[in-house]
Amino acid sequence: MPLNLKDLGIHLAPEGRKNIPDPTVLYDLIIIGGGPAGMTAAVYASRKRFRALLIAKDLGGQVLWTSDIENYMGYQYITGQELSKKFGEQMEANPIDMQMPDEVEMLKVEPGQIFRVKTKNKKEFTAKSVVIASGKRYRSLGVPGEREFLGKGVAYCATCDAPLFAGKDVAVIGGGNSALTAVNDLLKVANQVKLVNIMPNLQGDAVLVEKARDPRVELFLGWETVAIKGLDKVEAIQIINRKNKESRELKVQGVFIEIGLEPNSEFAKGVLLLNEHYEIIVDCSCRTSVIGIFAAGDVTNVQEKQIIVAAGDGAKASLAAYSYILNRGA
Amino acid sequence: MMFIKDELVGQVKAELDKMTNPVKLVFFTQEVECQYCREMRLLLEELVPLSGKLTLEVNDFILNKEKVEKYKIDKIPALVVEGNKDYGIRFYGIPVGYEFTSLVEACLMASTGESGLQPESKNALKQLNKPLQIKVFITLTCPYCPQAVQLAHQVAVENELVTSEMIEAAEFPPVAAKYGVMAVPKTVINETLIIEGALPEKEFIERIISSQTSNQP
Repeated sequence: MPLNLKDLGIHLAPEGRKNIPDPTVLYDLIIIGGGPAGMTAAVYASRKRFRALLIAKDLGGQVLWTSDIENYMGYQYITGQELSKKFGEQMEANPIDMQMPDEVEMLKVEPGQIFRVKTKNKKEFTAKSVVIASGKRYRSLGVPGEREFLGKGVAYCATCDAPLFAGKDVAVIGGGNSALTAVNDLLKVANQVKLVNIMPNLQGDAVLVEKARDPRVELFLGWETVAIKGLDKVEAIQIINRKNKESRELKVQGVFIEIGLEPNSEFAKGVLLLNEHYEIIVDCSCRTSVIGIFAAGDVTNVQEKQIIVAAGDGAKASLAAYSYILNRGA
Repeated sequence: MMFIKDELVGQVKAELDKMTNPVKLVFFTQEVECQYCREMRLLLEELVPLSGKLTLEVNDFILNKEKVEKYKIDKIPALVVEGNKDYGIRFYGIPVGYEFTSLVEACLMASTGESGLQPESKNALKQLNKPLQIKVFITLTCPYCPQAVQLAHQVAVENELVTSEMIEAAEFPPVAAKYGVMAVPKTVINETLIIEGALPEKEFIERIISSQTSNQP
């Protein structure tokens, strides 16, 4: 006898239903995040006729801010914005409810393995399963002056803002590929670049390290940045040598903070098992430490942070949620 | 072509095919052209033939005082994207790199007169009752910037009290310095309200509306 989806608690989306989120309904699935993982999960959920809700800040996530993509299959070259748009169009053709722009602030497990989420816009939704695909964001230094001088010399996008520092002295904080790329961008316009890394070496690719060996680049390896100073804009940074505790002030007009990314997993703390980088730990079926909650993409401990991997895991997570709901029954 | 890559021509043409009414690109340069003035004119000369609905008018910023005054142009290179009427869309500096999309989008909007904003945003903007001037400072290497530029242009198309200027910060250092531009996109509204970064549509409209209502005596 064929399965009757309705008996299993899976509702067919009524025709012509608008994608308006409904706080009174118990969703089959809530997807958190609108990057490649979340969007792919949404398409799969729609095609399984899940009563599903997507909660996202935007559609595209980090892809929106990626300039050139040359390793997403099917496109030899595409811009991040175009690829996001195409993902969006596919979602439109396979609609689910959308709560956007919004962000999840709290995730709670309630009796009967029901999941409740609360959002920044003070909305609450419940579901029988959850796919977390909330991705990563730029990490901040967390030192005095960083917030105060945002847009007044503190910058997080070297390609964007390098042209505004022509002839100036600037500091780049970090030692990975993004920091070294920033050094390269800045060398084209700036006067002097001071590269300050908390680690005693540079972690970036050899080819980028070589490019950063320039007489106009001064290296401070093993130095920690402790403050950003100035009156109404950045004038200097305070750094401390990790070994001998020597303290120095470097006169700079700009500080580019390039210390990588951190996962958007705050709402999962205390609910799910996270690793030492606060990434959600998943198994090869995208299952987390809580039954009924799945995770995909950059927010997870999956090694490869790639668009195609995130999209693939989004599909896996959505399908895993589907079989979980089928087996769970009503 | 020099500015519009050959592999993009088809795509740009397909976009411009959505134009309904003619659009005039009113460009301001001078006899001895600055580097970017010349490049921007060449860019527009490449763009115009891609649609039968686009025309280009080149004005001399020094000699053609009447036009300069009419469109309130204060620096060059400058471009007005004019449809059935002047919607207040301005580009100061060359819109290439990430901003080329903003130029194509501006042509479409000026042609159709449709801003493409959400119905709620359109409604909210009806509350505006005095002129609003939006300046969006950008660089050509900023992937976040077109969102801010296009949103500001959309608002200008939606409400005739609004003018919206894209300003390429690296081409106008004194202007960028005056407004303390050290990160882009940076949006300055009526010289007082400052927004760092690109905001989503809903939030941007809210900030505009609240700035106007809070200024009232």
